Amino acid sequence: MTLIPSIGQPVSRLEGYQKVTGAAKYAGEYKAPGMLYGYVVNSTVTKGKITRFDTAKAMSLPGVVEVFSHLNRPSVGKFSLQYADMDAPPGSPFRPLQDDEIIYNGQPIGLVVAETFELARYAATLVEVEYATEFFQTDIRPNVNSARSPKIGMATMLKPPPPKPKGDFQKAYDASFAKSEGEFYHSTEHHNPLELFATTTIYEGDGKLTIYDKTQGTVNSQLYVANIFGLKYKNVRVIAPYVGGAFGSALRPQYQLFMSVMAALELKRSVVVTLDRSQMFTFGHRPQTIQTTQFGADADGKVNALHHAAIGETSRFEDYTEVVVNWAHMIYPAENTLMQYKLVELDVFSPLDMRAPGGATGMHPIETTMDDLAYKLKIDPLHLRLINYSENDASLNRPYSSKELMQCYLQGAEKFGWDKRDPEPRSMRHGNKLVGYGMATGIWEANSLPARAEMILTKEGKLQVNSAVTDIGTGTLTVMTQVAADELGLPMEDVIFSYGDSKKPFAPIQGGSFTVSTIGSAIKAAAGSLRKKLFKKAASMKNGMLKGLELEDVVFKNGRIELKTDPLTFVTYQDIIAENNNEPIKALKFSVPNVLKLKKYSRATHSAAFVEVEVDEELGVINVTRAVTAVAAGKIINPKTARSQILGGMVWGISKAIREETITDHRLGKYMNQNLGEYHIPVHADIHELDVIFVEENDDIVNALGTKGVGEIGLVAMPPAIANAIFHATGKRINHLPIHLNDLL
Amino acid sequence: MNNFDYFRAASVQEAIGLSVEEDDAKYIAGGTNLIDLMKYNLTDAHTLVDLTKIRDHHEIQELPDGGLRLGAFETNAKTAWHPLVEGRYPLLSRAILAGATAQIRNMATNGGNLLQKTRCYYFYDANVPCNKREPGSGCSAIGGYNRIMAILGTNEHCIAVFPSDMCVALAALDAVVNVEGPQGARSIPFADFHRLPGNTPQLDNNLQEGEIITGIDLPANGYAQNYSYLKIRDRNSYAFALVSVATGLKLEDGHIQSARIALGGVAHKPWRDEAAENFLKEKEPSVPVFREAAEIMLAGAVGYEHNAFKIELAKRAIVRNCMMALNPETQVPGAGPSL
Ligand SMILES: Cc1cc2nc3c(=O)[nH]c(=O)nc-3n(C[C@H](O)[C@H](O)[C@H](O)COP(=O)(O)OP(=O)(O)OC[C@H]3O[C@@H](n4cnc5c(N)ncnc54)[C@H](O)[C@@H]3O)c2cc1C
Ligand code: SF4
Repeated sequence: MTLIPSIGQPVSRLEGYQKVTGAAKYAGEYKAPGMLYGYVVNSTVTKGKITRFDTAKAMSLPGVVEVFSHLNRPSVGKFSLQYADMDAPPGSPFRPLQDDEIIYNGQPIGLVVAETFELARYAATLVEVEYATEFFQTDIRPNVNSARSPKIGMATMLKPPPPKPKGDFQKAYDASFAKSEGEFYHSTEHHNPLELFATTTIYEGDGKLTIYDKTQGTVNSQLYVANIFGLKYKNVRVIAPYVGGAFGSALRPQYQLFMSVMAALELKRSVVVTLDRSQMFTFGHRPQTIQTTQFGADADGKVNALHHAAIGETSRFEDYTEVVVNWAHMIYPAENTLMQYKLVELDVFSPLDMRAPGGATGMHPIETTMDDLAYKLKIDPLHLRLINYSENDASLNRPYSSKELMQCYLQGAEKFGWDKRDPEPRSMRHGNKLVGYGMATGIWEANSLPARAEMILTKEGKLQVNSAVTDIGTGTLTVMTQVAADELGLPMEDVIFSYGDSKKPFAPIQGGSFTVSTIGSAIKAAAGSLRKKLFKKAASMKNGMLKGLELEDVVFKNGRIELKTDPLTFVTYQDIIAENNNEPIKALKFSVPNVLKLKKYSRATHSAAFVEVEVDEELGVINVTRAVTAVAAGKIINPKTARSQILGGMVWGISKAIREETITDHRLGKYMNQNLGEYHIPVHADIHELDVIFVEENDDIVNALGTKGVGEIGLVAMPPAIANAIFHATGKRINHLPIHLNDLL
Repeated sequence: MNNFDYFRAASVQEAIGLSVEEDDAKYIAGGTNLIDLMKYNLTDAHTLVDLTKIRDHHEIQELPDGGLRLGAFETNAKTAWHPLVEGRYPLLSRAILAGATAQIRNMATNGGNLLQKTRCYYFYDANVPCNKREPGSGCSAIGGYNRIMAILGTNEHCIAVFPSDMCVALAALDAVVNVEGPQGARSIPFADFHRLPGNTPQLDNNLQEGEIITGIDLPANGYAQNYSYLKIRDRNSYAFALVSVATGLKLEDGHIQSARIALGGVAHKPWRDEAAENFLKEKEPSVPVFREAAEIMLAGAVGYEHNAFKIELAKRAIVRNCMMALNPETQVPGAGPSL
């Protein structure tokens, strides 16, 4: 039995057992009679034209059913607009197998469909392809001169452009008492969720499809498929109950979805297409970026000049943007600012949101520059943040809906033992290892979007809750069950949350740390409506104890509606259902954030990360031995799953700072380390003591729940805190990520 | 990866026979490297002959001369944790445990470990030139991303690294490799087993067509008193060495009687240098003395665009590891730097 109310309880994820025992089925694990297996053929060149695509050898193998390419692809989706999904940036989306044009290395150029996966994979190696190659560019560094402003489009709504300049940055900077500047480079990263991308399309006949897709948005995939293939929305059902991690990679439909559906429709059979690990490097990624900063402060440490410029990479067909340079001024209230953001087009696939997109990129230069400024000023880095603390968002001249960053700083510093830090670089040691303490501020937006939710009190007295939303491993199922249970005063066991299905009420894509706020608000709205209906029924019961009362007089508790002042005056849900001729009672609500109210406030989560590193002085080997992150993220519905989110973000921060990178050979225009043996994400031995603090933060403005989301805030402050700690340990400022041991030799 | 025939050999003789009769036959042991090569389409094996079900050559056996014989088909894990290996050849045990992951070590065999392929990115990418994969096509690594490549014994044909950890210790210990083939049995001193690229970068070692490794003999002296294995890599586990060092020292009256130093991650084979080891003889162990030995070992090193750091890193790693060997109990699990 779970406790009532369940909100605030550290409930374990409800589907944990299925996941650890392997019972949970993922998109590529569904079977259907007569199912076929597709394997994708990818381009081995970076740019040019396909001059020959010979499938004779592949087709001659018994069991190979078809090889699709631009030569025989069905004529669907002629217009680029049909491929625009909910998360498409401005431009014209990639159209698989459209023509003979090669626009990036690894581009899908064919699909072999066969009776088994192994056969399809083997046959794919027999497809003979020749190309006429063309000159290409994949390195951002030699191409900064071609940087330009991004195009504006729908997706820009969630990704505002840089704030307008304020005051006179250059003049203020030149006159500053203390100045710090830096140039920063981040290399490409690939999401690499454990689950490989896969789509199983079950061919139902009559233009009907049931699709198991690896996605962060069932409705997004549904729209994408229906639009391209000219199917009725209601005939396309996309299901994704379990998603084995995604981190943004499945925000947009990926090419295996197109391939699987295309083949199923053409062959009139069910088709599963699963990518292999190296193919996970053939669609979106976190873009390479070059950034520069110039911060100036007066003798008291007040920052009065802020300049942050970023150049990000994008493809030649879409303008993928991130919010990289907007953060500094949201945190530090300088009078003179200059923020710039530009793009360089390269011959790569469009970048794609990856956990804390832009934030993880931008906070590193900002917080490293602040650290450097603290050294120039001879002020403790934490103290410098306190000197520049602001209750308001100076970049937009408006208050925060809530901001407990101060408590993050204070509680984090206390728990970490920041006061034991000797500010002198290279002054602290464990044995013969150099020890460094570093800290950094984190910020991430607290958004929510419109969504629908349905609630049904069933005949059995259970609460059925429906939403199309996915659970990408974050604990959505558990947390939404908690929210719904408390709304109706039921134990969690009496709530059934059905999700991950496009047939269920509309939910937007799952990302940006806005899911709990978005779906939670919709559930709250539906619950409000359901409570009204239940009460109405109860109050109208002939011999009911609640006759003649008002909704305000009662509470919904323990499976019944009780008089607030006298719990012995009540009507049970069971009785209400009986009164309703044993028919379930339903409520469906569309919840839309109150834009007019929200516009008056900036809404953000905040964090402070404190990190200890040990660096082997001679060998350069770096270990993050201890880290504390204090987070202010509004109401925490489930401290356990929320803590897991922050821990995961911290691990990712360690990864970004000192481990992972996609290695590109720019002569070939190709990613070289396309496997998890060589793409170095942290292993257990890399992760030491991690601690999370949630500081109390009440916010009745953000949304009805007061939640702000915890998906990305755990990551953003870690890379700069680690880089700062490495500086403290070694006296070396390394401004590219990841920092390798040889940078410190 | 195509369909293939699979045979379970019952004896070494049967396996050799199968390899001669069947076309494109390959031996398979743990499969941890071979299966990957097949998936990447780098090996065209039509027939796999499984060696792991052969009764013999699994055990760890004491030899009459005081040495130890490691069965070729025994797993890396069982070898590393075997009491005789842990007790008498802790250097070897450490080196094995510094490699790969527990899961891979549970599958990987001693014979297979000696024959694993390089991890050069370009070797694994069938679409780019590589002299090891396709002799004469060129070496993509030389002008490419060569952070993980070799600094010793390289030439214009190939700068690949032989990636094994276990073999670095075996080289230091002067192991002997026992093989059996269509032409009979023979024993190969470890130093002669692996090759430098020379004009034939496609050859990693001197094993002949159809030959099977049956065992690895360790001489009696296991340097069990003063030993250390140090592995420097881009993450603390599950990564190949950028530089690794195996050191065994024999000390008497505060002087080095004999020293063994082998380097991994720096060449096409585990790297030993007689001059450096001789230099250490009769010396009192100290940082400057080890540094001088390191200078001798790296004297001929050549760095490329992204891996030149390995030269200085290797020198420092040698010094550190020799110092660690003086105090073996300070070593941390996973062969990370200690002291
Ligand atoms: C992700 C990953 C990480 C790794 N990390 C490390 C590391 O850090 N350090 C390290 O040292 N190793 C590492 N390894 C390599 C691992 O140690 C080798 O793959 C393993 O030792 C090979 O042994 P096996 O028995 O699986 O060989 P197989 O894959 O079965 O065979 C390899 C080759 O040897 C041949 N062969 C096998 N046994 C015999 C025999 N007795 N006689 C003749 N021919 C034979 C096969 O024909 C094949 O050509 C890693 C491997 C992987 C996949
Ligand atoms: S270093 Fe050797 S293995 Fe690598 S590309 Fe060059 S020739 Fe091939």
